[in-house]
Amino acid sequence: MSFSASEIKNKAKRGEIYEKQRIAKGKAKRQRRQELKKEEQDNPELREARLRENVPKTQENTREFDEAVIGEADEEVAQDEEEDEFASYFNGQAPKVLITTTPNAGKKTTSFVKELVSVVPNLEYVKRGKKFELQQIIEFCKRREYTDLVVVTEDHKEPTHVTLIHLPEGPTAHFRLTRITGGKEISGHARATSHFPELILNQFSTRLGHTVGRMFASLFPQVPEFQGRQVVTFHNQRDFIFFRRHRYVFRNSKRVDLQEIGPRFTLRLRWLQKGLYDPVNGEYEWAYKADLETSRRRVFL
Amino acid sequence: MNNDGIVWEVLNNQFCSFKVKTDLGNLCRHPYNLTGRCNRKECPLANSRYATVRETNGRMYLCLKTAERAHMPAKQWEKIELPRNYAQAVAIIEENMQYWPNWMINVCKQRLTKITQYLIRMRKLKLKNKHTLVPIKKKLERREKSREIRAEAAARLDQSIEKELLERLRSKAYGDQPLNVNEEVWREILEGDAVEAESDVTTEDELEEENEYEMGENGKELMHAFVSDDSDNEDDGSGGDMEDLLDISDISSAEDDDESVEEDVSDDELESDNDSSSSSSDEDRPTKSKRSADSHPRQKPSKRSKKHGPRVEIEYETEAPTRDNMLTNW
Repeated sequence: MSFSASEIKNKAKRGEIYEKQRIAKGKAKRQRRQELKKEEQDNPELREARLRENVPKTQENTREFDEAVIGEADEEVAQDEEEDEFASYFNGQAPKVLITTTPNAGKKTTSFVKELVSVVPNLEYVKRGKKFELQQIIEFCKRREYTDLVVVTEDHKEPTHVTLIHLPEGPTAHFRLTRITGGKEISGHARATSHFPELILNQFSTRLGHTVGRMFASLFPQVPEFQGRQVVTFHNQRDFIFFRRHRYVFRNSKRVDLQEIGPRFTLRLRWLQKGLYDPVNGEYEWAYKADLETSRRRVFL
Repeated sequence: MNNDGIVWEVLNNQFCSFKVKTDLGNLCRHPYNLTGRCNRKECPLANSRYATVRETNGRMYLCLKTAERAHMPAKQWEKIELPRNYAQAVAIIEENMQYWPNWMINVCKQRLTKITQYLIRMRKLKLKNKHTLVPIKKKLERREKSREIRAEAAARLDQSIEKELLERLRSKAYGDQPLNVNEEVWREILEGDAVEAESDVTTEDELEEENEYEMGENGKELMHAFVSDDSDNEDDGSGGDMEDLLDISDISSAEDDDESVEEDVSDDELESDNDSSSSSSDEDRPTKSKRSADSHPRQKPSKRSKKHGPRVEIEYETEAPTRDNMLTNW
């Protein structure tokens, strides 16, 4: 006669039986695994087959079908991208970037800006006065032939948003900025050198993603200085863009070691405007709405 | 018809709906009042000769009370539009109020000055951006904070960066004489290529070709390569997911996690040996790695096969023993 342990009314006895069952289960599992291991040691094909079949479901591989995802060697996209706002950069125009903050920026914001200055070559920090509107500043930058303008916004003296404006024609992207860790806060961090870093842009798969990725790319010099062995990564995962900077060393043909330089932070796109920054009449290419977030398997970048 | 004296008697001693009594004196709310004070001289109702300057919708008017139209209250004020130019406006006031009491002319001019100034200020402010406060939504923040942490775990940043760097190295993206690689490591990679070419391992070859970026003239192209996004699948064997992968039938394995740790380690070792072969098995799957795309239009994988061209001319051919070593290790 079989009965389930949950039917036993005596608590102590029930617990005892539960414990026994748990141990038995673990034992069986261990045994099964050992057998499997032995079996697979003899013929590795079994293991390969198992690994091939046993792919865990993740949000990434169960992603909703999205028309905007760009296939490999999409000619239409390639053609579009040859003519877009970043074409001049990819044809060899050197980037010249200005960074500023909101007026009266706090210490945390300025120190974050300083970190960014160390990351991006040709980045110039200008302290923001109260006198000029952002749109006026954009005009000044255009006149001085800057290719990008970065504005760090703060709230309660903490940097909260980053606005990235590509000049002279746009687009403008607005990001939420979270989880900033300065380089010095990272234990065992490396020191940055002034070499131009390499760039890794991971997993920007849709049209929107490509635009954002190209925006980041156009901040950095086209030709990196490899002797610096510095690599800057923008990794997009589920619409969160993780920023990291590392120094690397190739140990052998299969192994590479990383040492983080910092800073790290996370960006999340809030909106992308087509032209230059215009809060009143601007045309939004994409903007975050709560309605969009109906499924976790849908991503936009 | 309207006797100013009688009107004032009524307003002053009985009731006036425009009157505001304060400790400092009586004030007047009437929109046509010149100064805002309540007295016999400055009352717009009890004076048949009265003038003021008013502003509506950004335009200034000189308003003159006309005694002849007193029986039509809606029409009793003669409105003369004043030009934006201050001097011209003053001239118009002087012209229209030629024989009016001096104090009234002066106060009208004062009002004109005040209105001109505030209109200028208004126009200036209009040109500026309004600062709107955008709320940071607590609930959204909280939700995104936890999702961010989970996304970061799923991203496996270090592994994906390492993978990308190695891919660049192996695909010769750093040029023929890379500055960021140790000489020995570089030789190893070149030798690896040679071994591949000789032993003619087709699967490996194909994998390499797929990964290979066509180089731009001076290495420009590679910097903005977007990378395929199914790193999760390809990292199969390395560490964290062993638990899941080993569980074939039994999914709920939370109970004996502590015991399985040791096994995981040994499995890892086993895996590291099989690393290369398992990665080649990726090729069989119709993966989404096809989705990988470049910011640059990535050219087709280069057709220069490893058996032709510069690879044949490399001098390491003489170093027979090391190559043998490599072969056996492979």
